[in-house]
Amino acid sequence: MSGPEKLLDPGVAERVLARALAHGGEFAEVFAERRSGLTLAIDESRIESVQSGVEEGAGVRVLSAGTTYFAYVDGLDPADLERAASEAAAALRGDRAEPQALRAQAPPPQPIERPPGEVPAARKAELLRELDERARSAGAEIAQAMASYGEARREVAVANSAGLFSGDDRTRVRIGAQAVARRGGRVETGAETLGAARGFELFDDDPARIAAGAARKALTLLDAGPAPTGTMPVVVGGGFGGVLFHEMTGHGLEADHVQKGASVYAGKLGETVAQPLLAAYDDGRLPGEWGSDAIDDEGTPTQQTRVIEDGRLVAFLHDRRSAAKESAAPTGNGRRESFRHLPIPRMTNTYIAPGEAEPEAILGEVEKGFYAVSFAGGQVDPATGDFVFGVNEGYLIEAGEVTRPCRGATLVGNCLQALAAIDAVGNDFWMKTGICGKGGQKVPVGTGQGHVRIASMTVGGTEV
Amino acid sequence: MTDLAEQAASAVQRAVAAGAGDAEAYATEAENREVRVHGGKVESLTAATQRGLGLRVWIGGRVGYGFGTDLSAEGLEAIAARAVEAAGAADEDEFAAPPTGNRKPPDVSGLSDPSRAESPPERIAELALAVERTALEADDRVAAVEQAVYFDSGERVAIASSSGPGGEYETTSCYAYLQALAEAEGEDGRETGLGFGLARGPAGLDPVAIGREGAERATEMIGSSKPASGSCPVVLDPTVAAGFVGLLGRAVGADAVQRGRSPLAERLGEEVAGDAFVLHDDGLDPEGFATAPIDAEGTPRRRTALIEEGRLRTFLYDSYTARRAAAASTANAGRSGYRMPPGVAASNLVVRPGTVSLEQLLVEAGEGVYVNDVAGLHSGVNPVTGVFSVGASGRAIRGGERAEPLREFTIAGDLVSMLRAVGAVGSAPRWVPFGGSVSVPSLLIGEMTVSGS
Repeated sequence: MSGPEKLLDPGVAERVLARALAHGGEFAEVFAERRSGLTLAIDESRIESVQSGVEEGAGVRVLSAGTTYFAYVDGLDPADLERAASEAAAALRGDRAEPQALRAQAPPPQPIERPPGEVPAARKAELLRELDERARSAGAEIAQAMASYGEARREVAVANSAGLFSGDDRTRVRIGAQAVARRGGRVETGAETLGAARGFELFDDDPARIAAGAARKALTLLDAGPAPTGTMPVVVGGGFGGVLFHEMTGHGLEADHVQKGASVYAGKLGETVAQPLLAAYDDGRLPGEWGSDAIDDEGTPTQQTRVIEDGRLVAFLHDRRSAAKESAAPTGNGRRESFRHLPIPRMTNTYIAPGEAEPEAILGEVEKGFYAVSFAGGQVDPATGDFVFGVNEGYLIEAGEVTRPCRGATLVGNCLQALAAIDAVGNDFWMKTGICGKGGQKVPVGTGQGHVRIASMTVGGTEV
Repeated sequence: MTDLAEQAASAVQRAVAAGAGDAEAYATEAENREVRVHGGKVESLTAATQRGLGLRVWIGGRVGYGFGTDLSAEGLEAIAARAVEAAGAADEDEFAAPPTGNRKPPDVSGLSDPSRAESPPERIAELALAVERTALEADDRVAAVEQAVYFDSGERVAIASSSGPGGEYETTSCYAYLQALAEAEGEDGRETGLGFGLARGPAGLDPVAIGREGAERATEMIGSSKPASGSCPVVLDPTVAAGFVGLLGRAVGADAVQRGRSPLAERLGEEVAGDAFVLHDDGLDPEGFATAPIDAEGTPRRRTALIEEGRLRTFLYDSYTARRAAAASTANAGRSGYRMPPGVAASNLVVRPGTVSLEQLLVEAGEGVYVNDVAGLHSGVNPVTGVFSVGASGRAIRGGERAEPLREFTIAGDLVSMLRAVGAVGSAPRWVPFGGSVSVPSLLIGEMTVSGS
């Protein structure tokens, strides 16, 4: 049985919802969750930090006259859930409202071939030893290698006063590798990750390649010079390069920011925000991708949402609440880190669709510019559109050729200008994993794109 | 013994019965509340109870960790079994052993503020609304407040161990913040400004000061432009300085040092900062939010000089790194909750205030940049080398005074060079919760790379 009944008895759910609406409210919901996981790491060629845990709990919310009343508890005993319902309703002063009878309907979860919980811990330790060896064998200048393994399973059930009763069973696995290269006093680091909403089968195809990749990055940086400073064309690499779009545009499309006027994209629906060559999507249904789930954390099935079409802004990303505010349909983007958090509009897998340009041509047309292959991370102020990105692998472009590696570069800009300045999108395409933070909540997200060129952007380096 | 201390002790016994040589349990129970307001209305009101337990076990030199939310007898049994199983997957570590020592923890009072429990939801909602209202009324150019938030927490912690150290304590804390949005006619775009305050209880928060700070920080940025690239004196606002001090706190952690991942690894006793910069780790500062009688593995908290007369005096140790270095623990085991085993972490990082007012710091800077905010401290820093390049915004300094607003620039350098270039330390410190618990005044950095247009 994989339905929501396994976690949350429908009779209990109905009682909890009735109690949540005992003092009024337009909507009530109970979200129950059981999360279990295992993480381990290798450092100094020694397996350590082996951690294993199980957490259970539930959150109950009541919506009334624009205010959300929320309570959460650890534990899934009926008494725990009813206590949460009473706490959520405690500040309300209205007349009882009646929830509708529940109708169970849960789409199938992402398929998992080999549940990681069934794989012996020793096999996971062995995987980390492979990563460690691969990184250390990449060159004499590799001074250190670290790697980590993490698996998590989240079983969730959600029931609401509109009669929805759904659930999901989510398994994710992820490994990360980090290498430190040293030459004299010079020390550089490189990192790579591999993750998916899949089982242990993800590691069938030479997973230790990511350790080799991390080591290569660190070694490359040993030869790096200072990053250039100034305004120039910037070519962004595929895969994790998509974090740029995630940060500079994706967050501004989340409807809660938009509705508060705290997004530079507020009021721009239907307007041209990019050149016609640009199309972009958020898609929580991509099979096995890191940001994919069967339903969002309000029970809405996930979907593909086209957000930019031919350079025009065509959709925002909604949870139930933001959708109701403008009589739109929820887009399956109501996500929460856990039962301890309220759902808010969040991206799932966000990507720039492949274009027509050859990556070589995108680089070849640049006289003098910067090639940002991957980022250490970045952040954006959705209200102003100002963003900043740390580049962890970057190169100079001179006369159409990728030349010397640079370290310590930062890209700084404003999203409206940078998005409009994208003048080439590559026909290569892949996705990478990310952990996105917003409002104190972290959720897994996928980012993706091919090579993308921004005609003009500020590069902040150490070279003056 | 309280229920929580009993559960911790019971978990330890169960782990030993399940095959652990030694065990240590960390149990926590918390009540949290949060209010979010927007547009004069309460957007959400949250009430929560949380509990959980983390169990660290040693089997020879192998260490395992288990955690869970079920603290019933069966639940504790399951956590013990998971921890013991986890240890089986770990490799031997010759330095792995449980913390020892039976020193009596110091008496630390004032960690709990009764005003938290005495404030009903209506009162804390009014506090958050007052923060928003103050910002909107402070200046016509404040167009909106994206969100004003109040949060408070009351937490109990109990630690039990088969090897000695343990104890329990209770703390309360609360904070409020807002993000104000400002715009002006004839100017493109809008500006945001953060205002915040923190205290042990709501009675210690000043909603008017918080609202005004958000409004001022947003409105002062109207009409901002990029500075010219170059090297110049830089004054760091306390909120910005705190982020860098937090980085420094990680760099002096013995764990990073022993694993060769700290820019300070080979510099014990060396000159690493300007004379004006004096830094302590103080786990007992009555005003600090990391203050407690014991650290996360039960060692009594203390005060440790880190940088004095410009020299690096010591690293920060927990029991494991202390054993590895044949040193004593500085009581710097920290935790980010029961889900994670303890690791080396600074407690309260306190930069000694200087005698120079902010006005004098600006005069000393002469021509330069005042940095009000940085972005990307998590992504723009190489933790091994301390080399950083982060996005920044702030004000120009002209003729020793703050002048036009600046945005979309970066400041770059490396941590040690920046510390050595500290020319003067301001006289008005502030507690800042970003990057740990840090108390720091404004800092004057003699020279830094600024990249703009």
